This record gives sequence, C-alpha cells and structure tokens, in this order.
Amino acid sequence: MNFRRLATSLVAPAIGLVVSLAATAVILISIDASVTVIFSSMWNYGTSPRAMTLMLNLATVYFLSALAVSIGFKMNLFNIGVNGQYILGSLAAAVVASNLQLPKVASITVTILTAMLVGAAWAGIAAWLKVARGVSEVISTIMLNFIAIGIISYLIVRTSIGTETGVNIRGTKLIPESGMLRGNAFIDPETKVYGFLFISIFVGIGYWFLLNRTRFGFDLRATGKSASAARTSGVQSTRMIVTTMLLSGAVAGLVGLPYLLGQTGSYNLQFPTEWGFIGIAIALLGRNNPVGIAFGAIFVAFLDVSSGQLVLEGVPREISTIMQGLIVIVVVISYEVVRRNQVKSEQRSVARALAKQEVSA
Amino acid sequence: MSESSVAVELQGIWKRFPGVIANSNINLKVASGTVHAIVGENGAGKSTLMKILYGMQKADEGTISINGAALVFNSPSDAIAAGIGMVHQHFMLADNFTVLENIILGSEPKSGGKLDFVKARKLISEIAAENGLAVNPDVLVSELGVGDRQRIEILKVLYRGANILILDEPTAVLVPHEVEELFNTLRDLKKQGFTVIFISHKLDEVLSIADEITVIRQGTTVGTVNPHLEKVSARDLAEMMVGNELPTPASVGNTIQDQVVLTVENLSVIATGGKAIVDGVSFKIRAGEILGIAGVEGNGQAEILNALMGIESATGKVMFQDEDISKKSTRHRRDLGIGFIPEDRQRQALLLEAPLWENRMLGHQTKAPNAKGFWLNPRGAKADTKRIVAEYDVRTPSIDVNASALSGGNQQKLIVGREMSNDPKLLIAAHPTRGVDVGAQAAIWDHIRNARQAGLAVLLISADLDELIGLSDSIKVLLRGKFVADADPATVTPQELGTAMTGAGRAA
Repeated sequence: MNFRRLATSLVAPAIGLVVSLAATAVILISIDASVTVIFSSMWNYGTSPRAMTLMLNLATVYFLSALAVSIGFKMNLFNIGVNGQYILGSLAAAVVASNLQLPKVASITVTILTAMLVGAAWAGIAAWLKVARGVSEVISTIMLNFIAIGIISYLIVRTSIGTETGVNIRGTKLIPESGMLRGNAFIDPETKVYGFLFISIFVGIGYWFLLNRTRFGFDLRATGKSASAARTSGVQSTRMIVTTMLLSGAVAGLVGLPYLLGQTGSYNLQFPTEWGFIGIAIALLGRNNPVGIAFGAIFVAFLDVSSGQLVLEGVPREISTIMQGLIVIVVVISYEVVRRNQVKSEQRSVARALAKQEVSA
Repeated sequence: MSESSVAVELQGIWKRFPGVIANSNINLKVASGTVHAIVGENGAGKSTLMKILYGMQKADEGTISINGAALVFNSPSDAIAAGIGMVHQHFMLADNFTVLENIILGSEPKSGGKLDFVKARKLISEIAAENGLAVNPDVLVSELGVGDRQRIEILKVLYRGANILILDEPTAVLVPHEVEELFNTLRDLKKQGFTVIFISHKLDEVLSIADEITVIRQGTTVGTVNPHLEKVSARDLAEMMVGNELPTPASVGNTIQDQVVLTVENLSVIATGGKAIVDGVSFKIRAGEILGIAGVEGNGQAEILNALMGIESATGKVMFQDEDISKKSTRHRRDLGIGFIPEDRQRQALLLEAPLWENRMLGHQTKAPNAKGFWLNPRGAKADTKRIVAEYDVRTPSIDVNASALSGGNQQKLIVGREMSNDPKLLIAAHPTRGVDVGAQAAIWDHIRNARQAGLAVLLISADLDELIGLSDSIKVLLRGKFVADADPATVTPQELGTAMTGAGRAA
C-alpha cells in the first residue's frame, strides 16, 4: 500500500513534466525555433558547475518561500503575502545586522531572529484581521504586500536608514563581514554556494517534524482536512489561524536572507520582491511536502537559471516562464486526477480484501 | 392492483458500487394514482434506487417501465421527460429569488427572447389552485419556512409536467402540523390522478398515508404490504426491515451511583434569527446512569450535544462533576473525560482522507497513547487502533487505509471504539449504532452497558426508539427545544414514546 502511494505521488509530477515539455515544444515550433537545439543548450548550460551553483542558491530561496506558503496551505490558509513579509524581514535584518559587532554565530542568530520576528508580525496583521474582522487573508496579505513596498521605499529613500551604496543605488548600510554567511565555492571555483542552504535544509526538517510529529501539527493538518471535525475534536480555530499565520510569516521572513547574507550585504531598492509568488507555485508542485518542495524548488530554479540560454538562441526568455506556468497547471490537475483514482482504488482493494477474508473465514 | 394501471415498474434492478452492492434484484410495481411508500433502514438502498429511477445513476442490470413503456434514463432530463419529478430531502431553492422565479428557474416561459412572467404567473396559479398548494408567488424564498419551501419544491415538479412524484424523506425536516399539511396535499394530488412515491423510515407516518408499502432490506425488496387490506403495525414493518425479530437491548439492573457527573441548568441555544432552538433545558446525569433524549430529529438534539461539547455557544450552566465548564473550550471538556459521538460522523468525527490510526487520535490528540506531551506518538496510536479494530470488529484489511475506504457502519464502529477508549466518565452519544449491522449493534450495546456498570454516565440520543428504551435508565422527551415529558423506560412502549415526541400526549 505504501509503495503504491509513493508510486502514485510520483505519477502526477511525471505527467506534468512530460505534458509541459510537449507543450513548450509546440510553442517553440510555432515560433520557428529548433526544439532540440534549445532544449540541449538549456540542459548543457544548466548542468555546468556555475549554473548548478546559481541554481542551488536560487532553490534555497524558493524552498523557504514555498515552505512558508505550504504551512498555510496545510490548513487551507492562503498566505499570498510572503513577498511583503520577506522584504520587510530582510530590510529589518539588514539594518540590525549592519549595526552588530558580534561574533559570527551570535550575529547571524540575531539577524535570523529579527527577520523571523518581523515577517511574523507582518503576517500577524492579516491573521488579526481575519480572526477579529473576518477579512479574507488572501485580500489582506496582497494589500499588505503593496504597503510593505511603500514603507520600504519611504524608509530607504527618505530616512537615514538608506544611504548611497552604489552609483544611484540607495540601500541599507553594508553588513560587516562578520555578519555575512557567504558559503563555500565547492561546486564551481568562482561562485559560492550560499551558507544559508544548510539552514534551509534544517528548516525543512523542522517543518516535517512539526507537522507530523507534534500535537500542533496534528491539529493543523486536521483543520486542513476537515475544519468541522477538527473543531469537534477540540481545535480552536481562531487560535490555529493566528498561530499558523505567525509561523508562516516567520518562515517567510527568512526568504530574503540567503541572498542578503550570501550576496548583497545590504537591502537596496533592487532587492527582488516577487519570490513569494514563485513559492506558491512550488508549494503546489511539491504538494506541501518538504521533499517534494525541494525538488520543485530545484526544478524551477533550473528553468530560471538556464532560461538565460534562450536569449542566446534568439528565443524570448519568457518561454521559460510559460513553461513554469504550464507545469504548475498540469501537475495540479494530474494530482487531483490521481488522488481521485487513488480513493476509488483504495475502496475497491479494501472491499476485495474483506471479501477474501470472508471467503476464507 | 389489477384494476388500475401500473405507473412505474422496476424489474431486477442491480447496482454495485466498489465494495457495496447497493441494490440487488429490486422488483417494484407502483399503481398509478396511489401513494406508494418505500421503507428501509439507513443504507438499505432506498436513495440509490430513487436515483436510478430519476436518471441520476444508471442501474447495472434491470429494466424500468413507465406507464407500460420500457425506458432507459441517461440523465434526470430523460426522467423528467417521462413525467417523473423528484422532491429532494434537501431543498434546492435560491434564497434570494421569489417563489415565482424559483419555480420557473430552468424552464422559463419565453416570448420573443424575453421572460414571460405573465404567462408563468398564470400557469403557476392554475397548478396551485388545482392542487390546493397555496403560495404567494412574489415573496422571497428566504422569508419562508420549511413547510412552504417544500410546497414550492412540489410546485416546481408539477410545473415541469410531472405526474409521478418522488418524495425523498419529505417529513424529516417538518414539524408535526406541517406533516399533516403535506399529507393533505398528497391526498389531493392522489385525487387528481398523480402517483406519489414516498420514501421514509418513519413507519407511523408511512402507515397513515400510504396505499401500499414496499420494504427494502440490504438492497433488495423483501415484500409489499397493503395497509388497507391487511392489518400491519409499525413493528411488523420494522421487523421486515431488519429481517427477523428485532433485537432489543434488554436493560440490566440499576447501576446508578450517587455521584452526579453532569448537571445542566437552564441551557439555551439561540439561532441567528433570535429563535430559541434549545429553550431552557435542565437535567442531571449520575455516574452509571444512561439518560435518553427522545425527539423527532430537528427539535434541538444536535444543538444540545454541540452546546455540551462547547462547539456551539449557549447560555446557562453546565457542571461536570464539581467544575463549571460552561465557558470552557471543547478541548478542556474532552480532556476532563467526555467522549463524544456526534450525529454527523463524516463531518464531525472523521478525517476521511487520513489513515485509521490518525483518526484514532482525533479528539484525543492530547492524551496517551496518542501523545507524549508536546509530541505525537504514532506507534502508540497504531497499537491502540489495532485494539479497537479487534474489539469492535471494524472490518478493514489494515489500519493504514483511509477512513473513506470503510463502509459507514465500520466507520461508526471505529468512532464508538475511539470514544469509549481512555475511560471516559461521560459519553455524549448520538445514534451510536446508526448504520451498523445487527450483530455489531448488540456488541456496541454491550460495550456501553459494561462501561455504565463501571460508572460511565451517558447522554443518549437515538432515532431508534427500541434502542433508546432498552438502554436508558430514564427518558426525557424533547419537543421544539423543550422537555415536554418524562418517560419510564421500564413501562413505556415505542408507540407511546412516538406519540409523546409529536406533542400529542403525555407518556406513561
């Protein structure tokens, strides 16, 4: 039974991959590009040491973002506000870290806690609005994203938080080297793999344990599977909503840190602000399972990194974005199809097993 | 039947679902211009049969003839074309539409691409007048009560030209005087020449309205009786439904102790409209005592249970032993040792898409063997699930299958087993043996009685009056949210109790 479950859970992504590759091929043919040339060029570049390093670094970011989203998904809460939560978290972390004069471990710990706290606080606004005022978290978190962008622009452009960090670039003060987590160049000699990769693996393991091995995780999953049954079992829905949103926001706060501590050392106005949306897609791809999410993150990161090759081949790089969208749609649909078949086939096999028992009894 | 023509004839209908045979060799003849009742236990296959007759599902084998012509229904529109109309148990009306709009919805009369309200109004008032169905076509459905809504559903079906009406458990949602009105309507319809197929498991009602009664047991028709020609009692029908002599749980001895476990004072639940669904109810249950609440479904039973569990907000005082738990959370109440078997097992008591052993944890996720402090203990939960599966005879190949894979009766056995674990001091149970086969039913009764011997207090709600009388130490009758009578289970008969439940008289 368990082997079959594993097999069926691999069927959906496999179908998604094949269908979306086929669809992408059709699009490429329709714009008169050579499918084989482009796929092989993406593959060749994507598997080079430098691209693999970039891919891992990007995947680290995506992984954290998808984890943050999937904590909410597990109980049917849609935290669309990871963007706002991580940019505010990153900004706060950058400001705090740039003013710290501590040993590396202590400095990084304080930085991480700051980011998580700010991310959780920002998500907490949406949680409070939902619990106290019945505002849908989808709407409030999206609006909070815009507000966060506005606040950050104001702080960096108008207040002393921002300084001139480059030519025409305003950002926070640079973090001292003792507060950075640059990582090691163990795949490609020129580029470093973010040190935060290991922290994010740890977060993934923690996520699994929290959901599957704690009472809180059980309450959370029960609420997602049947809110009415969970309530009858003694789960307090308002408290669950608040706690889950805070946790989701805390993990979201980490999303910008691999890049901040591994690359820029400063939060400037060029800091990416859209990683939260990619997290939603990857959480769907990975079915809220940390291992699935890890694969999803690596795959999407691969497409992002190797899409640079498309331009060299004379094809718009948006093809890669189309491909990502296709994969998500196809995988989500095939998950649902597979799931329904699984429910039916389980009912059949239970009936068969019982019929056999009765015959032999 | 020879003198009148046959409106509906079903021959050799079979319908199999994965793991269940819903209908096996169903044979049914409905004479035109009669009210024909189909009775059977929950899960006997009545609904499936009606879905087949209405074209919502296709039979695997068998034939359907309407007025002598063999027909194949691929969808409800085929059935409607053949003159069959269905009044569903759960009304399908748009609240923010008027009565008129609801009736014509889906088959609107048009003239030149525009809705012809004048024609619709005329047609509806004609139909309504002919059949004595008084409705005001211009009020919003949201302002109407249950009885009126049902009349609209019937009008809707007549408007579409049906001459054979299927009513699926039409009285389940009605209060007694509304039932009487419905029956008057049905008698009028019969006079007009309509054929009515009436599905129910309320035997007294069936006896008072039906010209013929067909009994379904375990998916097959076991017989048809004509109450006009032969004398049939509700108990005779019940025995046909169950197969043989009804098992009645014989009450054994008095185990009531002095210690009061549950004290409820002046409990009220107010609906959003301001109507009191539970209206100032008070009672006490002692250790070792089973208190039964009798009442027609929808008179406040579900709300009392939910209020006692802290799921629904209520006013009044609830004491568990010496502790006032009126304001305490559901989890706190469960942790004190209150077991709960809710009315709606699939929505309230199970995670359908979770394995059985995770369902073992549900509601008990804070306690051993399911948890050790903050951490879950899957190993402990799995071992205890195996114990429940063995002790309560849950038919499953493994404890790793999802709850959705089990039949309703086996799901119920798992729930009862779970709620009886961890030595509860109080069990709040609604229909503990609903959908369970006869053998397992007796086993569940034994489990409850043994626990009562050991001091368990039980609040029992059951639609099965024999079960209620057999298990309870005392019975209170609930009508429109209030206790209207007490009954002594040692002397009261199901008939007397049934009468008291409708408010017609006092029980012994």
